Amino acid sequence: MELEIATAVEWVYVCQADDIPQNGGGCVKVGDEQIALYNFTRRGEWYATQNLCPHKQQMVLSRGMIGSSGDACEPKVACPFHKKAFSLLSGECLTGEDYQIKTYPVKVEGDRVFIGLE
Amino acid sequence: MSQQYQPTVVVIGNGMVGYKFCEKLIAKTTAYNIVVFGEEPRRAYDRVHLSEYFSGKTAEDLSLSTANWYSDNNITLHLGDTIQEINRTEKTIHSVRGVVQSYDYLVMATGSSAFVPDIPGVEKDGVFVYRTIEDLELIQDFAKTARKGAVMGGGLLGLEAAKALIDLGIEETHVIEFAPRLMPRQIDSAGSSMLQAKLESLGLKMHLKKSTTNIAGDGKIAALEFADETSLDVDMLVISAGIRPRDELAKLAGLEVGTRGGIVVNSNMQTSDEAIFAIGECALYDGMIYGLVAPGYEMAEVVAAQLCDSAKTFTGYDMSTKLKLIGVDVASFGDPFVGEPDSRSIVFEDSNKGVYKRINISNDGKYLLGGVLVGDADAYNILLQTVNNKIVLPPNPEDLILGARGGEGDAGAGVMSLPDEALICSCESVSKGSICSAVTDGGATSLDEIKKCTKAGTCCGGCVPLVKDLISGTLAANGAYVKNNVCEHFDYSRQELFDMVKLNGIKTYDEVLDHLGKGDGCETCKPVVASILSSLWNDVIVKQNTIQDSNDRYLANIQKGGTYSVVPRIPGGEITPDKLIVIGQVAKKYNLYTKITGGQRIDMFGAHMNDLPEIWEELIDAGFESGHAYGKALRTVKSCVGSTWCRFGLHDSVSFAIEVEERYKGIRAPHKIKGGVSGCIRECAEAQSKDFGIIATDKGWNLYVCGNGGSKPQHAQLLASDIDKETCVKYLDRFLMFYIKTADSLTRTATWLNKMDGGMSYLKNVVVNDSLGIAAQLEAEMQELVNTYHCEWKEAVQNPELRKKFNHFVNAPQEKDPTVQFQPMRDQVKAQEW
Ligand code: SRM
Ligand SMILES: Cc1cc2nc3c(=O)[nH]c(=O)nc-3n(C[C@H](O)[C@H](O)[C@H](O)COP(=O)(O)OP(=O)(O)OC[C@H]3O[C@@H](n4cnc5c(N)ncnc54)[C@H](O)[C@@H]3O)c2cc1C
Ligand code: SF4
Ligand code: FES
Repeated sequence: MELEIATAVEWVYVCQADDIPQNGGGCVKVGDEQIALYNFTRRGEWYATQNLCPHKQQMVLSRGMIGSSGDACEPKVACPFHKKAFSLLSGECLTGEDYQIKTYPVKVEGDRVFIGLE
Repeated sequence: MSQQYQPTVVVIGNGMVGYKFCEKLIAKTTAYNIVVFGEEPRRAYDRVHLSEYFSGKTAEDLSLSTANWYSDNNITLHLGDTIQEINRTEKTIHSVRGVVQSYDYLVMATGSSAFVPDIPGVEKDGVFVYRTIEDLELIQDFAKTARKGAVMGGGLLGLEAAKALIDLGIEETHVIEFAPRLMPRQIDSAGSSMLQAKLESLGLKMHLKKSTTNIAGDGKIAALEFADETSLDVDMLVISAGIRPRDELAKLAGLEVGTRGGIVVNSNMQTSDEAIFAIGECALYDGMIYGLVAPGYEMAEVVAAQLCDSAKTFTGYDMSTKLKLIGVDVASFGDPFVGEPDSRSIVFEDSNKGVYKRINISNDGKYLLGGVLVGDADAYNILLQTVNNKIVLPPNPEDLILGARGGEGDAGAGVMSLPDEALICSCESVSKGSICSAVTDGGATSLDEIKKCTKAGTCCGGCVPLVKDLISGTLAANGAYVKNNVCEHFDYSRQELFDMVKLNGIKTYDEVLDHLGKGDGCETCKPVVASILSSLWNDVIVKQNTIQDSNDRYLANIQKGGTYSVVPRIPGGEITPDKLIVIGQVAKKYNLYTKITGGQRIDMFGAHMNDLPEIWEELIDAGFESGHAYGKALRTVKSCVGSTWCRFGLHDSVSFAIEVEERYKGIRAPHKIKGGVSGCIRECAEAQSKDFGIIATDKGWNLYVCGNGGSKPQHAQLLASDIDKETCVKYLDRFLMFYIKTADSLTRTATWLNKMDGGMSYLKNVVVNDSLGIAAQLEAEMQELVNTYHCEWKEAVQNPELRKKFNHFVNAPQEKDPTVQFQPMRDQVKAQEW
């Protein structure tokens, strides 16, 4: 069942589009939170997740490599430490463990990038 | 809306088996309401790997599930609450905290507790047992002030506890065993003597045939007194004299229990009350308590199946075990003890290496019945399979333990000849058939995929080598040409990709993917292509930083906690006092931990990403260059002092090492490359353990190649002898370039050679005799790489755009990552434990 999300999303400006390397990630600070932002140029898409890798609690996902997995080309990021990979869509761990990371909506207006917070 | 009645299953005990039962039940059905009570304060954890708590694993690491697992699966979990009563007439249970819960089915998974013999003084301070995380915390605390420790019990758990005491820094550790041999349940006396000798050489003190009569000391343990009137002074004692099934609750409820403990169950795992099951270490089946986790998991499977109306029953379990005790392999399988006249035994003993192997063979010589392995248990898996599947033995069964198995290919063939029912992963009870069909029908081609779809290899990991052999064996049998494709995005091997990228002159990853691959790439193919592009065109790698493995992306090795290490190149290990001072100053300024590495240079750890450009700027100003410690590239060329100072030195090994290191520095390869140059045959530079090693002779130099340290050490082999320097460099150029062009990614030169058809004589022909006619080309390509060398840190530091990539926050460039933390250690810092 899909839940209707009625809560209003608050869009926060975080950076300029060219602050994040093409087909890579960068970390932005929103309040006290660290959010990893990915510029998936190859797909023309943007994604955002928590920067913390749940495996060993390391603030590094923004430094991981992004890519896709499977026939459905699920976009993913792999943690640089032990290469656990997470879906950029659902935050689910794709390497067979129970981890789950938070994902955030992203929108780009012109060259300004916004992250949606609840 | 009408609601169907959902029967309730209550599980008492949230240990390994109780947890596994829940996992198995919810995988089969959602028909039950599940409620779990656990006495311990935390979620079920991996008791089998309990000792890893001392080597830095946290309780959370050991946990078998994630925090939300129970709630996500609608399981009610009560932790830190002991069940004290079962009311069988009303079908309710009562907890110490006052919870009353009714059940339709009750599953007792109460496990066991450490058996503490009735010796005067066991209550004294400094006496411990070894079963729970809390026990380990107490031991850890106490060990800080203790110097001499003892373990009572020389069985599997006792020896493991003894290892833990050594790891905790106890100076003198004794093992006291009542029986005349160690691990009496698993190995015979000859095996025990071999194990004892090995363990003693590692510093453990063994006392066999010792019966402890008193634990002396005033409130706190001071000494152990034995029946033979001797005594031993100790500061602490860990009792590991066996286990005692926790049947007290069952007894109170009037369930049948064994005379020596254990809740009696039938082959359905039902107790004398058919609504109550018992599984794991508390269950007594056919007069036997199974003190291992795999049979417990099998019992969990039986009950889960019963609750789903399937007819699975428990029929006993193989108690074969393999473990590593303080680095010594010990295994026993099948019936380890049968001897004449029921069988014949073949024994192999090498007291020099500390290896003992025994196999018991049926009198007709056809079948393997069991055996014992000490010191080298590589053959365990295949021997166990041979017993369990009644495989007819070869005419010379001694080959099984004498290691006549030539090469890995044979082992694979052995696995493929097993019947489909053969149990490969006993923890998760996965058969050969399921693994093969996951490959054939499920399309799995890698260990990870097999782990995901069958769970094989996810528990103790002991079967992983067999699983790997099965995957490649099945692929080959299916006629699938076992191709070492880079990953799902490229149907090419690294060598094929290398050739095509070169042929087409492709310069970026995206183009490679567009022309030769599919999808959006991943963390496997990106660094492979990055390395190929770099080996071919030698461009600045940070320019394509998002396809680099994390270390190459930031030109530094990422460490625990998210900081980086800095390793400047110190060619040949030679360094001036002035440069040493600069390293000291830089390390001090940026609060870096410094250490001399195993590669004759200096590593500075704990640098914030933001500080890297400034640190390197200062180092470069002082004349340093990148050491490429982060890259699949040349690391160090180790040197000995050689003829400049050493009275035995034949030639100047330091100068040659520096020359070679300067020549090949920065070049990207399928894996890292290390070299060494020794000034004479005494070999102080350990050149024969390197990818290339050069040793001075009285006529010139000997060149060795394809050595390796690491987890599978291998000596380098002689490529050419008594050659002069120029020839040596020429051969090296050819050798390295041939390796760069043809090896699979992440394959060191040693492994590359091992897989090469024709091996060393083929390689010699290519490099020395130019049998492929490519020598001149290889030399030219290498010269091109040498000519285009640049220090990538220098480029990064001088280019403001590249420098920006080292900011932790893109929107707060000045701020460093606030979560980075250090702990003090011996006047320096270390990373926060994770
Ligand atoms: C720093 C150092 C340990 C030390 O404090 O002495 C070290 C540290 C690491 N080694 Fe090593 N190795 C170090 C010398 C060695 C040696 C000894 C030597 O080079 O003489 C060996 C065995 C020789 C060999 O490689 O054949 C060695 C065999 C390994 C291996 C196993 C390679 C193999 O083929 O099996 C790895 C894992 C890998 O590369 O995949 C490894 C990987 C690592 C990594 C990169 C692990 C990682 O990914 O973080 C460590 C990085 C720490 C860092 O950030 O600097 N390290 N490592 C040594 C650095 C030498 C240098 O100056 O560059
Ligand atoms: C140090 C160590 C190393 C080991 N190494 C190996 C090995 O290498 N290989 C191997 O196969 N096995 C090994 N074992 C044995 C293995 O850990 C056990 O076989 C396994 O844990 C048994 O699982 P269980 O669920 O039956 O019992 P346990 O894991 O002991 O779980 C029982 C749980 O029930 C709880 N409980 C008991 N009574 C109640 C009650 N009345 N109310 C609520 N909760 C209750 C207990 O507190 C406990 O948490 C090792 C054990 C130890 C201690
Ligand atoms: S041996 Fe090498 S990889 Fe292992 S801990 Fe030591 S430095 Fe790290
Ligand atoms: S810390 Fe991310 S995978 Fe281990």
